[in-house]
Amino acid sequence: MNTEAGLEAGSGAEVSGSMLANWANHVIHHHWRTLVLLVPFIWLLIFFLAPFFIVFKIAFAEAVIASPPYTPMIEWVDEGIMHIRVVIDNFAYLWEDDLYVNTYLNSVKISTISTILCLLIGYPMAYAIVRSSHTTKHILLMLIILPFWTSFLLRVYAWMGLLADQGLINDILTWFGLEPVRMLYTQFAVYVGIVYTYLPFMILPLYANMEKLDWTLLEAAADLGARPATTFVTVTLPATIPGIVAGALLVFIPATGEYVIPDLLGGGNVLMIGRVLYNEFNANIDWPVASAVAIALLLVLVLPMMLYQHMQGKETESR
Amino acid sequence: MSAIQNYEDRPWMDPEAEPFIKIQSVSKLFGDFVAVDSVDLEIYKGELFCLLGGSGCGKSTLLRMLAGFEMPSSGSIMIDGANMTDVPPYERPVNMMFQSYALFPHMTVEKNVAYGLKRDGIAADEIGKRVEEMLSMVELTQFRKRKPHQLSGGQQQRVALARSLIKQPKVLLLDEPLGALDKRLREQTQYELMALQDQLGITFVVVTHDQEEAMTLSTRIAVMDLGRFQQIGTPTEIYEFPNSRLVAKFIGNANMFEGRVTENSPDHVTVESHDPECQFYIDHGMSIQKGSKVWIALRPEKINISKEPPANGNANVIKGMVHDIGYLGGTSTYRVQIGDGRIVEITSPNQVRPKDGTPPIDWDQEVYLSWHASSSVVLNK
Repeated sequence: MNTEAGLEAGSGAEVSGSMLANWANHVIHHHWRTLVLLVPFIWLLIFFLAPFFIVFKIAFAEAVIASPPYTPMIEWVDEGIMHIRVVIDNFAYLWEDDLYVNTYLNSVKISTISTILCLLIGYPMAYAIVRSSHTTKHILLMLIILPFWTSFLLRVYAWMGLLADQGLINDILTWFGLEPVRMLYTQFAVYVGIVYTYLPFMILPLYANMEKLDWTLLEAAADLGARPATTFVTVTLPATIPGIVAGALLVFIPATGEYVIPDLLGGGNVLMIGRVLYNEFNANIDWPVASAVAIALLLVLVLPMMLYQHMQGKETESR
Repeated sequence: MSAIQNYEDRPWMDPEAEPFIKIQSVSKLFGDFVAVDSVDLEIYKGELFCLLGGSGCGKSTLLRMLAGFEMPSSGSIMIDGANMTDVPPYERPVNMMFQSYALFPHMTVEKNVAYGLKRDGIAADEIGKRVEEMLSMVELTQFRKRKPHQLSGGQQQRVALARSLIKQPKVLLLDEPLGALDKRLREQTQYELMALQDQLGITFVVVTHDQEEAMTLSTRIAVMDLGRFQQIGTPTEIYEFPNSRLVAKFIGNANMFEGRVTENSPDHVTVESHDPECQFYIDHGMSIQKGSKVWIALRPEKINISKEPPANGNANVIKGMVHDIGYLGGTSTYRVQIGDGRIVEITSPNQVRPKDGTPPIDWDQEVYLSWHASSSVVLNK
C-alpha cells in the first residue's frame, strides 16, 4: 500500500513536472522576444530609473538639518490626512542666481570647444589609423586604448605635474631661458585635461565609421575631377557624419558634467557644473538644490540629443 | 581598294596610324611583387580594347595606372599625345566605371551624374541640360530623384555608366563592367554597351576575366598572365591562332597533344606524337626546327567524328571509344577515350534528325576522329 501510494505520488509529481516544462517551453517559444528584452529592462529600471526618481523627488524637497537632510514628500498629519509637499523653489533659485546660469553656460561652452578640439585632432588621427597597414593599425589602436589601463585620476595628477608653475613644461621653458607660463588652474589646463581624456571617445567611433567607408568612392570622386580637398568635403565628410555625431556626443555629454578635471586642473578659477553640484552636496549639504542642479543638467544634455534623434528619424522616413 | 587595305576598322594594321594610348615599358611593383612587368601596348582611337586574364594577372593594375590611381614604377603612359605618367586622376581626360559602381550613396541619381560636370565649374543650367540628356540616354529619367540604394543592380550600372560618360572622356575605362549583373541582363547590356561605344566614338578599355565577354565586345584583346601580355590580337586571331598553350587553353577549349616535328618543308609540316600514336599533317609551312618538341592544339568543333575510317590516309586520324555524350540540342559534345585513357573533346552540330530517336553515334562505340590539315595549331611554348 505504502509503496503504491509512493509510486502514485511520484508519478503525479512527474506529470506536474512535465507540465511545468511544457509551460516553460511554451513561454520560451512564444515570448522569447519579451524575455530577452526583460533583462535589460529590469536592469535599467533598478539601476537607472529608480535612482533618477529618487533624485527627482529630492529636487522638490526642502533642505533640513536631519538625516536624511531633506523634507519628505509625503507626510501623514494627524490621522489619515496625507500632506504632499512639493517645493519648486530649488529650480527658481537656480534660475535667479547668476552663479548657476553662468556655470551652466560655462560648462556648455567648455565642453563645446573641447568637443570641437577633439574632432579636429581626432578626425585626422582616425583617418590615419584606418589608412595604415594591418599591423600598424593594430599597434595604433592599442596605443589609443592604452591610457585606459591607468587610473583616470592618476593621469590627471600627472597633468598637474606637467602644467604646474614649477612643473616639467615650465622647467624646460626656463632651461631654454624663457619666462615660465602660468598654466595650471587656468581654463587652458581644463581644456588640455578634457581633450586629453576624451580624445579616445572621439577617435574610436570615428574609426569604426571610417573602417566601413568604401574607399573606391574617393577614387570615383578623383576620377570625376575632384581635387583631394573637394573629395573630402563632398564625399568623405558626408559619409562620416554618423561617426562624427557619435564621437561628439560621447565627448560632449561627459565633458559637460565633468568634475575631476575642472577641480584638479582648473582650481577655483574655472566654474563647471560638476563642481557646483559637488559643493552643494558635500559642503553645503543641500541635497535638494544639488538634485535640482543634476535634473537641470540632464535637461541641458538630453534636449539637444532628443532634437537630433527627432531630426534623424525624419530623415530616415524621407528616404 | 581591297578589304584588307581598308584600315578604318583595323587601325592597328595601318602603319601610318598614330596610337591614341601608348603604354611604353610600364612596370608596377608592390614591394617585391611585380604586378605589371614591363609591358608595351598601343591602343587606337575608337577601339574597344579588352584586357583579359585571370585574377592577379595585372590587368586591373594596368587599368588603374591608366586612370591615375596607381603610378607606374617605371615606363610611360601617353594619352592623345600628352604624357600622363605622373598626372593625378583628377586632371586626366579619362573616366572610369568601377566594378562596384562606386555611386555616392548620399546623393541622388541626378547629383551622382552631375558630379563630374560640377567639378569643372560648368554653369548650372548647362549641367542640368546635359544631365537630362544623359539620363534619357540610359533611360533613367524617372529615377532621377532616387538614391542609389533604391535602384536595382542594372539601374545602378546605368547610373555608373552615365556618370562616367557625362564628361565625354577621351577614354572610358571599364572594370568588369558586367560582372555584377545576372546572365540575361549581362548579354543584353553587352550589346547596349557596344552600340553606345559605336555611337559616341569614345575609346573603351575594358578589364574582364570573362573570355566570352571579351570575345563579343572587343575589337582587340590582350591576354595577360603574370603581369605580361601573352598575346594581343582580334578575337578571331586569339581563338584561331593562339601563340601559346596558355592562350589556347584560356580562350575556349582545346585538346592538346605533345609531339615532335618530323618533317618541315615550305608547304607542309608533319608532327608525330606517341601518346597517342598519331601523325599530324599541317598544310602550311612555318619557321620551326625539325626534331623540336611542339604541342598541337585542336579545337573541339574542328574535329570530325565518324564510325567509318576517313578516306584520306593515315594522317590526322585517331581511333577511340565514345566515353560520354553531352546532348545540348543544337550541338552534342562527345568525350572520346583514346590510346591509354586520354579523353578528347569534340563538339559537333546535330544537322540530321536521328531516325527513331537513336543517335548516330552511341556510347562505347568505336569511332574515328579526323580533322582538316589546316585545323591543328602548332605551338612551341
